[in-house]
Amino acid sequence: MTLAISDLKVTLGGREILRGVDLELRAGQVHGLAGESGSGKTMTGLAVLGLLPHGARVSGRITLGERDLLAMTPRQLNAVRGGEVAMVFQDPATSLHPMLTIGRQLTEHMRHHMRLDRRQARARAADLLRQVRIPGAEEALGRYPHQFSGGMRQRIAIAVALACSPKVLIADEPTTALDVTVQAGILRLLRGLCDDLDLAVLLVTHDLGVMSAVADEVSVMRDGVVVETGPRAQVLRDPAHPYTRALLDSLPGETS
Amino acid sequence: MSIKRPPAPGDDPKAARREPGRRGARSPLARFLVRRVLTALLLAVGITLVTFVLTNLVPGDPVAANLGQRALGDPAIVAQWRTEHGLDKPLPEQYLLHLRGVVQGDLGTSQQSHRPVLDDLADSVPATLELAGAAILISIVVGVAFGVVAALRRDRFSDHLLRVLSLFGISVPTFWLALTAFYVLFYRLRIAPGSGRIDPGLTPPPHVTGLYTLDAALAGQWDVFSSAVGHLVTPALVLALYTIGLLTRFTRSAVLEVLGQDHVRAGRAKGLPPRVILFRYVLRPALVPVITVAGLAFGSLLSGTVLVEAIFAWPGVGQYAYKSATTLDLPAVMGVGLVVGGVYLVINLIVDVLYGVIDPRVRLS
Ligand SMILES: Nc1ncnc2c1ncn2[C@@H]1O[C@H](COP(=O)(O)OP(=O)(O)O)[C@@H](O)[C@H]1O
Ligand SMILES: [Mg+2]
Repeated sequence: MTLAISDLKVTLGGREILRGVDLELRAGQVHGLAGESGSGKTMTGLAVLGLLPHGARVSGRITLGERDLLAMTPRQLNAVRGGEVAMVFQDPATSLHPMLTIGRQLTEHMRHHMRLDRRQARARAADLLRQVRIPGAEEALGRYPHQFSGGMRQRIAIAVALACSPKVLIADEPTTALDVTVQAGILRLLRGLCDDLDLAVLLVTHDLGVMSAVADEVSVMRDGVVVETGPRAQVLRDPAHPYTRALLDSLPGETS
Repeated sequence: MSIKRPPAPGDDPKAARREPGRRGARSPLARFLVRRVLTALLLAVGITLVTFVLTNLVPGDPVAANLGQRALGDPAIVAQWRTEHGLDKPLPEQYLLHLRGVVQGDLGTSQQSHRPVLDDLADSVPATLELAGAAILISIVVGVAFGVVAALRRDRFSDHLLRVLSLFGISVPTFWLALTAFYVLFYRLRIAPGSGRIDPGLTPPPHVTGLYTLDAALAGQWDVFSSAVGHLVTPALVLALYTIGLLTRFTRSAVLEVLGQDHVRAGRAKGLPPRVILFRYVLRPALVPVITVAGLAFGSLLSGTVLVEAIFAWPGVGQYAYKSATTLDLPAVMGVGLVVGGVYLVINLIVDVLYGVIDPRVRLS
């Protein structure tokens, strides 16, 4: 399924944070979204899920297949969230609930969205943990987030996002808070899941190096607008926009 | 020792039996509880020491307070009285005797009532527990509810209204409130029943717990029950107002803090119903600081009972403590000290255990 964002504008506290964002995510593709900090990448992701901060005013269109997410009632949107569209956040140390077992966090929305009973949900939760390569999946279900390392936690957060078989996955800087040594593993995992499950992935990052490793399409954002979009090879080798060139030049050893 | 925890909705008991690892995950809670109880026991011994020392430090002379002018003039009578009450022995020995008595349930005889202190306490402690228990229950339910509403409606009218109410509750002196409530509700409006625990025409319910409301309900004496509830409501509310104000403020700030945390946004991103987000994702983490404050607030609530019991003629520990302190009835004072210390201990234990139950990081560390 395709997720298309067109002319998305967000005003918050009298300031226009997004000034007409256009993006298109396609099934089976990783769409990289780059741009310096504060350019509006996170806000774009949150707008898709309807999770913008209080007082935000939104206009434009965000269509999932035929449906406009911005026109949905809160109830309808809640069914899409975690169901068809899921999100992975930057810091797995804080985005998992510290007081709930991994099993609980994997099953609670499954039971809600997919109406699974406890046994089915638990069996699927263990499968999900194996899919993101958590060792000892059965036993891990009874443990708490603080008993895992950062990389493992992010794998768990990805499993939570995948639980209800979403069609769209928004990953907001999923490796930024992690050790350099585990970052590549998480990216490979996301790439593999995208291919295996035919997911449309939006991979947000301020790191063009990350981008060049896994993205099919690349968009570059600046000051609340997308300044450049295209296939990875084209955008990274032959950027049309001077800002993209500046970003690429600032990257150590990534010019070729 | 095995602690049975009710299975959480996400837990699968069959899976727990299948994996040996899950059994191991349970024992930290048991170990955590045992550790807390042992600490509490140690503290209990400390309390007996402190009450004993404090009681012996009071400047007044218990002999003068308890014997008449005539008897005081007679050295033989004074000496006999001192021997009778163990006052001629060295302090450490007096303490050991006291400790042995406490363990055996012998707290000495009240010089006022000439009854065993234990019996006096058995009469007055349940009365105070009923009053203070009702007050803390009201405080927690109302204070937490108010705090949650204030946080969710931040800077709107209901938030401002609740801020004024909680400031009122925190700043109004309890004695003034007690007098005003008694005067207005009883003398003027006649909507509250008068003083005491039940209407004078009724006989107290058969003694089971000593809490009249509970005992009356157990015995099915509904007239006594409604009378007991009616008598309880006003003093309990008076006592609760301060803690309601306090808990409203603390719950509001705790909820606001949790609302800004990442896991709440992540929970919303999972599409969980708003009710689940509120209770499981916001309220549960917010309760940790609230429980701490509630435990501390119970202390101020207990000291408030002295005044409230006096004004509402509630025959509780507060009144007993006041009478024994002003007459230097040392065994009674020590008995009250032990009870109050014991109550603090139990409250602390409850707070500690609740921490462990709410937050797995506490019991697993
Ligand atoms: N809660 C908020 N209230 C007001 N402005 C915000 C809030 N969060 C972010 N912003 C602003 O929105 C803009 C875009 O932020 P964000 O999407 O987080 O950037 P990025 O993710 O690209 O680093 C920034 O200028 C930031 O200052
Ligand atoms: Mg961001």
